[in-house]
Amino acid sequence: MKKALTVLLIALIALSGVYAGGSGESSSDTTEIYFLNFKPEIADVYTDVVKPAFEAAYPQYTLKVVTAASNQYQSTLRSELTKSAPPTIFQVNGPVGIAENVNTVAPLQDTEFYGLLADKGMALSLDGNVVAVPYAVEGYGIIYNDAIMRKYFALPDKAVSISSAEEITDFETLKAVVEDMTAHLDDLGIQGVFASTSFMPGSEWRWTTHLVNPVLQAEFGDLATAQAATQFDFAFSGNFRNLFDLYLNNSITPKGMVGSKADADSMAEFALGQVAMVQNGNWAAAQILGTQGNVVSDEDIRFLPLYMGLDGEETRGINVGTENYLAFNKNASAEALEGADTFLTWLYSSPEGKEIVTNQLMFITPFSSFSADEVPNDPLARQVNIWMNKEGVSSIPWVFNGIPSEQWKADFAQAMLEYINGNYTWEQVTKTAQDAWAREAELTGR
Amino acid sequence: MEKTLRKYFPLFALPALICFALAFLIPMVWSFILSFCEFSTITDATFVGFSNYVKAFTVDNYFTQAFWFTLGFTIVTVITINIVAFALALALTRGIPGTNAFRTIFFMPNLIGGIVLGWIWQVVLNGVLAAFEKTLLSDAAYGFWGLVVLMNWQNIGYMMVIYIAAIQNVSTDMLEAASIDGANGRTTLFRIIIPAVMPSITICLFLTLTNGFKLYDQNLALTNGAPNHQTEMLALNIFNTFYSRVGFEGVGQAKAVLFTIIVAAIALVQLLATRKREVEN
Repeated sequence: MKKALTVLLIALIALSGVYAGGSGESSSDTTEIYFLNFKPEIADVYTDVVKPAFEAAYPQYTLKVVTAASNQYQSTLRSELTKSAPPTIFQVNGPVGIAENVNTVAPLQDTEFYGLLADKGMALSLDGNVVAVPYAVEGYGIIYNDAIMRKYFALPDKAVSISSAEEITDFETLKAVVEDMTAHLDDLGIQGVFASTSFMPGSEWRWTTHLVNPVLQAEFGDLATAQAATQFDFAFSGNFRNLFDLYLNNSITPKGMVGSKADADSMAEFALGQVAMVQNGNWAAAQILGTQGNVVSDEDIRFLPLYMGLDGEETRGINVGTENYLAFNKNASAEALEGADTFLTWLYSSPEGKEIVTNQLMFITPFSSFSADEVPNDPLARQVNIWMNKEGVSSIPWVFNGIPSEQWKADFAQAMLEYINGNYTWEQVTKTAQDAWAREAELTGR
Repeated sequence: MEKTLRKYFPLFALPALICFALAFLIPMVWSFILSFCEFSTITDATFVGFSNYVKAFTVDNYFTQAFWFTLGFTIVTVITINIVAFALALALTRGIPGTNAFRTIFFMPNLIGGIVLGWIWQVVLNGVLAAFEKTLLSDAAYGFWGLVVLMNWQNIGYMMVIYIAAIQNVSTDMLEAASIDGANGRTTLFRIIIPAVMPSITICLFLTLTNGFKLYDQNLALTNGAPNHQTEMLALNIFNTFYSRVGFEGVGQAKAVLFTIIVAAIALVQLLATRKREVEN
């Protein structure tokens, strides 16, 4: 009996092996390139435009694009990597992302794709190998609707002496303008100066990474220092609070309600003309232009830097950098890796690919294959370009990639929420940020 | 016949056994092993001993905090769900007109998935709280009671169906005898019906108890643990630990093993306790 059972078991296993092996091979005679996309907002472009165009140009490849849900990239990547057909190309968000995937990232220095990178210093390395190449430069600040600003500056009883939004170059002026605008809400036809300070779970990233960036930059100077820092003094905590309070007190949404607002709500409020300002980056252009009933015209969408009273902020621009790096999976087959190189080189250097990148994916790329006038045709990308090349103003680099872990962001976000709910004083928020940094730096082996 | 059955039993049980092994036994053993390892994907694990278990408690106190929150939540929901479900079952076994319609309607929330329920109730509760300029995230108490309401709404119908089946099976002889002996409604309920449906009570208590402990998707969708981890339940804490830091996958795994032991222990104690009270019909 037992013998029969054993034989049967073995037969079953053998059979299933044959079946699995057979199905894997017979499914197609093309090489599959699996790209795990990070950006849900442009998922449709990848599947509807990029995939057919690439497969038409290179029929020997099939491109599989999977998009991780918002805020779920790490967990999706983690589970996809353990599958038998893992992603060939995936995204890492910077040095922390590399550290999470040390056993997966493939060397890229010999790829054509890396050859396209204009400033080779922007790529990320691990043990002497180039392992991640940035593909999009982004910028963020306070997006404002110039039509509403012009309306404000035309008011006969405005409380400030300046006459256009471009003359705002420090926190003092910004605060004066914003508070006076709050006093004239009805004249301006808006419901608040700033869009909702979104704190719905998953929507806190605009504060925990972006808003804190100028403060991190002022304290650490550059990304390398921030990455190595075992301690964060939050020396400019007061400056952070300046702007954060300004957002909260002049918002369309009362403080108690921020927990029910997502970042998409904030962008919709801006697009519908209910507010004059919202903090976000050029990636949000699609969100604004895609909102039904959008009343903001392209030329009225402008950027202001995040003024919060830091020294010398008149000469600082918007925050420009990247957390979008592509890496290859070294465990993928040689053919798939070659295909990945072919795909990205095609996308970022062929006329057809470049056209898609510029006009539909709307990336400002760091590649030498793009000329200066090949920038996306969306208002915010053009604004990023203007700010990057503005006379007498230097952009603030993205230092927030040096934040030690996701846990720090989560703890900081929750402390801010407690402050908004009135359960924490600002000192407690500051202390949480300091303590969490020290703890996380130690836990992550700094 | 008996002999043939015995002879072929292993053959017929084999498919189910293979499924059970693949979907349950192997992952369970594997996750137990992984809780002693540091790993980023399950194929590159290195052994680190008990350090994951130590880290589960020393790095922060969210796990213990989540335990107490989950315990409180489970106690409240076990009581409310079972009392309401039993009361509904009693009401709907009296031949009121429209009984079947009511049963169907009460059962329906159970057919909706947890994430969807979480979102629906988030909109509903935030809508109500908006009148006071508050949201579910303003105070941990809102999150707690929000979860309780959600859990009741989802589970009462299911438990009600189990209780209805049990109450319908209470023998009419006993009920008749009781009424002839002059027992009033209250006595009949506590002396006849409840002892007779004890096996169902065991099942319902078991289900609500483990459902309460295992709750994940509703928690994720409704509050995601906010504010400040105060409404984070055990399952969500385990998930968050797994992805919160580089190198913390093993800690999440260790918490998952502890979680399994705790839930199994509590469920066993409950089963033993209620089994004793079951009577033969």
